[in-house]
Amino acid sequence: MKRSFLLIFLIALVSLIYIIRLFQLQIVRGGNQNPIYGATVKIEYDYPERGYVYDRNGELLVANQLSYDVMVVPKEVKQIDTLEFCKLLKIDKKSFVKRFKKAERYARWLPSVFLKQLAKEDFAYLQEKLPKYKGFYIQKRIIRDYPIKSAANVLGYISEVNEQKARTSNYYEQGELIGKMGVEAQYENELRGVKGKKHFKRNNLNKITGSYKKGKYDTLALAGNDLTLTIDSKLQQYGEKLMRGKRGGIVAIEPATGEILALITAPSYDPNLLVGRKRSPNSVRLFNDTINTPTFDRGLQAMYPPGSPFKIINGLIGLQENVIDESTYVYCKHGYKYGKRKNEFMGCHCGIVGRPIRLKTAIAKSCNSFFATTYKRILDKADNPNIGIEAWNKHAESFGLGNYLGYDLPSGRKGVIPDAKFYNRWYKNRWRSTYTISNAIGQGEILTTPMQLANMTAAIANKGFFYTPHIVKKINNQSITDSTYTVKRHTTIDKEHFPIAIDAMHDVFTYGTAKWYQVDGLDICGKTGTAENKIKIVDGKKVQAPDHSILIAFAPKDNPKIAMAVFVENGGYGSTIAAPVTSLMIEKYLTGTTTRKNLEDRMVNFSLQKEYDKLIKKHDTIASGTK
Amino acid sequence: MRQERNNIFASIDWVLILIYFILVGFGWMNIYAASSTDTATQLFDFSTKYGKQLIFICASVPLMVFILFFNSKFYEQFASVLYIFSLVLLAGVLVIGKKINGATSWYNFGGIGLQPSEFAKAFTALALAKLMSDRQYNLKLLKNQVKAFIVMFLPAFFIALQPDMGSVLIYFSFFFVLNREGLTLNYFILGVTAIVLFLLTVYFGTKWVLITVISILTIAIIYNVYKNKQFIRFNWPIVVGAYLALSTFIFAVGYTYTNVFEQHQKDRFDILLGKIKDTRGIGYNSHQSELTVSSGGFFGKGFLQGDRTQGDFVPEQHTDYIFSTVGEEWGFLGSSLVIILFMILLYRIIYLAETHTNKFGRIYGYGVASIIFFHVIVNIGMVIGLLPTIGIPLPFFSYGGSSLWGFTLLLFIFIRLDAHKKYDW
Repeated sequence: MKRSFLLIFLIALVSLIYIIRLFQLQIVRGGNQNPIYGATVKIEYDYPERGYVYDRNGELLVANQLSYDVMVVPKEVKQIDTLEFCKLLKIDKKSFVKRFKKAERYARWLPSVFLKQLAKEDFAYLQEKLPKYKGFYIQKRIIRDYPIKSAANVLGYISEVNEQKARTSNYYEQGELIGKMGVEAQYENELRGVKGKKHFKRNNLNKITGSYKKGKYDTLALAGNDLTLTIDSKLQQYGEKLMRGKRGGIVAIEPATGEILALITAPSYDPNLLVGRKRSPNSVRLFNDTINTPTFDRGLQAMYPPGSPFKIINGLIGLQENVIDESTYVYCKHGYKYGKRKNEFMGCHCGIVGRPIRLKTAIAKSCNSFFATTYKRILDKADNPNIGIEAWNKHAESFGLGNYLGYDLPSGRKGVIPDAKFYNRWYKNRWRSTYTISNAIGQGEILTTPMQLANMTAAIANKGFFYTPHIVKKINNQSITDSTYTVKRHTTIDKEHFPIAIDAMHDVFTYGTAKWYQVDGLDICGKTGTAENKIKIVDGKKVQAPDHSILIAFAPKDNPKIAMAVFVENGGYGSTIAAPVTSLMIEKYLTGTTTRKNLEDRMVNFSLQKEYDKLIKKHDTIASGTK
Repeated sequence: MRQERNNIFASIDWVLILIYFILVGFGWMNIYAASSTDTATQLFDFSTKYGKQLIFICASVPLMVFILFFNSKFYEQFASVLYIFSLVLLAGVLVIGKKINGATSWYNFGGIGLQPSEFAKAFTALALAKLMSDRQYNLKLLKNQVKAFIVMFLPAFFIALQPDMGSVLIYFSFFFVLNREGLTLNYFILGVTAIVLFLLTVYFGTKWVLITVISILTIAIIYNVYKNKQFIRFNWPIVVGAYLALSTFIFAVGYTYTNVFEQHQKDRFDILLGKIKDTRGIGYNSHQSELTVSSGGFFGKGFLQGDRTQGDFVPEQHTDYIFSTVGEEWGFLGSSLVIILFMILLYRIIYLAETHTNKFGRIYGYGVASIIFFHVIVNIGMVIGLLPTIGIPLPFFSYGGSSLWGFTLLLFIFIRLDAHKKYDW
């Protein structure tokens, strides 16, 4: 046997090597292969219809329409008369070459979109002519249709899923549509439905040879769910009309439920611009407009100092912390002196001199001195302002300020309610309550979004609680049950402290700053605000721009149906623009009509465009250094 | 005579026959999987590959009976005649043969093709056994070595003219037989060295291999001289000879590879050595074959469930690449089993050959084992991407009448010889 050793040994050795190689191929490498996504299986998708979107009264906001794309499989294209073909598609030769090359780069044997979203009249014509050109065919797609040109910011839009997402997700394929922004993005999973899948066997020539495993893995398409929004489309459209020529945001909430009745940003755009063949140039124009920023939702994303409306919160905190009560009074001497130096003085325009001012009057007349005193007492209640400001911060944040609210829309800002850490960093641990005195009147470091402010108003109207604001009321006609939106969130202020604040807010619309805009029988309560604002300039200098016009309001006083916050950028006093806009919208919502046609016309036609143009110029000259 | 006839079924080795039928049967199942379509359902449909193969298998049964019918002495006595007959066939095919895929290796008898090179292996093994079983024959003598080489390589020469290089390669397997009968291992070592040097030269280029080999050789010599301090008595002619031989060989390889090899042959080596990454053109076969085997996983996808097989992704899957079907549909389990079956078959043949008291039977048995072994290594190695593309069939598995009958002939002559070892001498 010694002589047969070589062959015996080699047989064993080679067998062993081959089995190890098989192990490497079939178990190490082959173990993680999914047969369904190999070259041997072709998947065809059946796209379900995307869900419709309705407003709270059943008005159709978003529907679907058919769209037709010209597709190309570069490898199948035979010699064609390019000139004639270009004429057919209404494109030039250069564009043809560019599109064809792009398709070839993607994959020679897979379909790519050659020409997107044909006009309906072109489709009928092309369908007849196209079969002549091998490799080209028409693919039907479902795209959006907006019967009402409104609420683009709320609805969002759909567009092709980006490459990154297509690669990482296990649902989307390249070229498929996905919701971007607004409700389309937030409720993508509800709206899209589930696409159906059919698996086919494919051979080496990329030919379909039959169903894969007798359709074992095939699934049926499932239509998307319809959404009913909380938006009142009539109110939304009315608000958008009133905001023409102005920049800002309006948010209206139903206090009893947290439902968002209107979410308006201005300037906005017609949602139909992002659909169809003109979509691409339109979207470039809209998204690159850095001056008007029509795609920026000011209702959710713009942060403004809240100004005077925040005084109500300071008053309530003062009551809760027991540093003031209803009879606490302050004498106002055209302002409040918070330090020894001459410039350490905060002016006041309440106009009440020589008489004691109590909380109710202070809110109605917006007295700075009263709230400066209150704020200082809150912070200095303990020996250390660190403790005081933490208590103040906790109370303010319980109104949903200074953090994300948790509403069901994909964009938003936290806002700012400063805390001890904030000032310790800023002042290197050495600061006193008076350093932050601007917070007393809603200026200083406080920033809020219109949405937060509207929610705060709802919390006041409800006397101490609110529901997380939300935009969707029903999914497939089933009311939402998500506890985020159906469970009360309580503020840290006791219920008994609210009536005096509410009475004061009613006074604002009776004899206070908004007395011209009360509507008989509606009992509007509110608070105007005028927030000073500074715009930052590149070289670090700050330049004064016209004040923001602000108003919060709810109505009716008992059993409130609507709570609102209005911001108009650079609109001046709260009473000049924000107050009439609010008043008109509340009347429209509660009564369905407008009794003050003149006021309405004046507001619709009132434009701040000149102010905005001036701001740009100012910005430009300072930026270029030629003052 | 009558007594012998009765005994033959008692004395033939049923283990070999069992393994033979398992391999042939399993092979046919895989051919069925690789060539069936959804439309044809008839098993004996002569228009399909699996139908034809079934007919070939059926035809091999009378062939077996026929082989077993002859007295085992017949094969020893007629070995030379059969050998010469096969040489004539091999020469004749060059003249009147049919050219398929660039090689003139087929006789065409009214639609039925026969490949003489498949049968020549068995007859060469017989001739070699006859030559070396002579009592006077001693492989230590160069004269006898040359005789054996002539017997071995004469058929290979004719086959090289077809040209069918894969089949030529098979004849080198007879070195195992020669080694068993006393040929020095030096030939084998020389061969392995030559192959390694060849691959290195192809991969790194003539210049670098030459520099490296010469450097290693020089360092070895300097070390030896330094250690033994025998500068004068050193065997200088051998040293010079080694330098010359190595340099010449490496230059020759470089020259042959660039100037003599056909482009498709170069491509096969370049792909194997990873010099070219190509999965669509020239590397398509190997790439698809590897992917197909890999996709089987541990248990395989099941009979007729291999979607790569069903989709015809591997070219020539029913013939040379049949093992990729096993890999896909029967997984690691099935393909390892096939390798182990071949291993058992080979060990059984070697074991039986070693028990022969008769030198002729032993040498022939070794020839059978060597040929089958070589086929299996080269074919499976190619399918799993360890060896370059060399077109030879997997014994008992691959589609083809000539191949099946050739291996049946090869194995059953051995079974016949083995059945009689107890009686004849």
